[in-house]
Amino acid sequence: MRGGNRHLPYLYLAPALILYAGFLLYPLLRSAQFSLFSWDGLGASTFVGAANYVDLVQDPQLRAAFGHALVLIFFFAVLPLGIGLMLAAVLNRAKVRGLGLFRTVVFLPQVIAMVVVAVAWRQIYAPDGALNSALRAVGLDALTRTWLGDYTWTLPAVGLVGTWVQTGLVTVLMLAGMGRIPSEQFEAARLDGAGAVREFFEITLPSVRGEIAVALTLTIVAALKTFDLVYVTTGGGPGNSTTVPAYEVFQRAFREGAVGSAAAVGITLTVLIFGLNLVVNRIAERGER
Amino acid sequence: MITSRFERSMNYVILVVFAVFALAPIVTILLTALQPQSSDATGGVLGLYPGNFADAWTEGDFARYMRTSLTVSAVVVSVALLCSILAGYAFGTMQFCGSGPLFYLFLLGLMVPTEAIVVPLFYDLRELGLTNTLWAVALPQIAQSIAFGTYWMRAYFRTSPPSLIEAATLDGAKPWRVLWSILVPIGRPAVVTLTVLTFMWTWNEFLIPLVMSPNGAFRTAPLALALFKGQHVQATALLAAAAVLVALPVVILYLLLQRHFIRGMLEGAVRE
Repeated sequence: MRGGNRHLPYLYLAPALILYAGFLLYPLLRSAQFSLFSWDGLGASTFVGAANYVDLVQDPQLRAAFGHALVLIFFFAVLPLGIGLMLAAVLNRAKVRGLGLFRTVVFLPQVIAMVVVAVAWRQIYAPDGALNSALRAVGLDALTRTWLGDYTWTLPAVGLVGTWVQTGLVTVLMLAGMGRIPSEQFEAARLDGAGAVREFFEITLPSVRGEIAVALTLTIVAALKTFDLVYVTTGGGPGNSTTVPAYEVFQRAFREGAVGSAAAVGITLTVLIFGLNLVVNRIAERGER
Repeated sequence: MITSRFERSMNYVILVVFAVFALAPIVTILLTALQPQSSDATGGVLGLYPGNFADAWTEGDFARYMRTSLTVSAVVVSVALLCSILAGYAFGTMQFCGSGPLFYLFLLGLMVPTEAIVVPLFYDLRELGLTNTLWAVALPQIAQSIAFGTYWMRAYFRTSPPSLIEAATLDGAKPWRVLWSILVPIGRPAVVTLTVLTFMWTWNEFLIPLVMSPNGAFRTAPLALALFKGQHVQATALLAAAAVLVALPVVILYLLLQRHFIRGMLEGAVRE
């Protein structure tokens, strides 16, 4: 570009950069600053250094919230990945009709507002809801319970909603990855006498390494960011048995007047997500070489 | 590929089982929404009560909240789209000092969770008297959408053939004209994908409107549903009907443009 136009790229960039910096980068920095203070949201604030971060390890309630997030990661990421891999591998072996329709259907949970998903599952988990009715219908009365009022079962029940939402995304992602494997590779393996299992571990799995990395990043981040689902289904209860980090951010900042602590949890979540992206991508890249 | 007939029929069984797993909750809420509101309800058609949707619509004041959601979505989508096209054009076709680091700065925004920005956003915008306005709800979502949109549009502009731009430039077209009368029309699929994704994310967003409009002046449809849930704990049919109404706009769009949704969410996730 010639001399007079040297500033042109920056002019094209300016609107995006101003809005992005003003309403995302600046608040992020402010959050980091907030996290070093103790503030109730109204009065004066006091500098407390890293105390809000020390609380993350010491405060049992925060520790519980992060522990619950780990459980959710199992339901949002590990379970859907296992199901999605198996499902896609099986479907990829034989050409079946209706695959397009199947994709549309299993992907549907991804586009429904989480609040709607939460309302739907609340009704399914209700004492006289669909799940208990189904259990009674097949004579498993002993298994019925108040799914969202039970200290043991509420967190897995909430997690299962995540499995429902994420499985379709992971499956479609794996199908796309496996569809790109040249069929000669499978044919060669079959001539070698490889069965379905060996074929899966020797050809399919290594080929979709990149897709697995993407799927894990997306779903783990979704698990860490869970807010609407908990807010609508359980409100963190019963007791504190289903609180999650994002829910703690909201509670602390806007209900309990612990703004600094809320910011520290938010920043910690960000650091965890950055780290996760780095680690997962690093592992995926190393495998490709 | 040669596979046995047994394997093929097993595949159909698996397809059906998982399709049912995905659809069952949706069918359940649809059926619940069509149940009578009370045991002595009248006006059913074949035992179904579509009137519930009308009742939920009026009782939850959804006309108002859907309008708010539409306004917020329209503002977020149009502003973010315009900014993203311009920034993506600069990153994708121009060479300038600092383009690498600046692009990474935008990529950073793809990873920042809402939870990390919403707290100072609320307190700082309250200070400016902007909470409970359209701007408090829309601007943070515009910023988030720009991070993704810039990344998305840059990827498109990088794949556009340079010869096309060169030919137009030789004809005397300025960059502005090259963008709007050549590249954007050709890149319509990429623009449509970005538009529907931004619309879906904005329509479905919960935390930002919840925090940024505490008095409910800019309550969006998902928030209205959460509130409706609190007021109608016993009215299962009405609540289900309200939930269906809130999900419907995005679901209809998905059924019409599913390729854009699936492609966008898969490709958008695969970072370089």
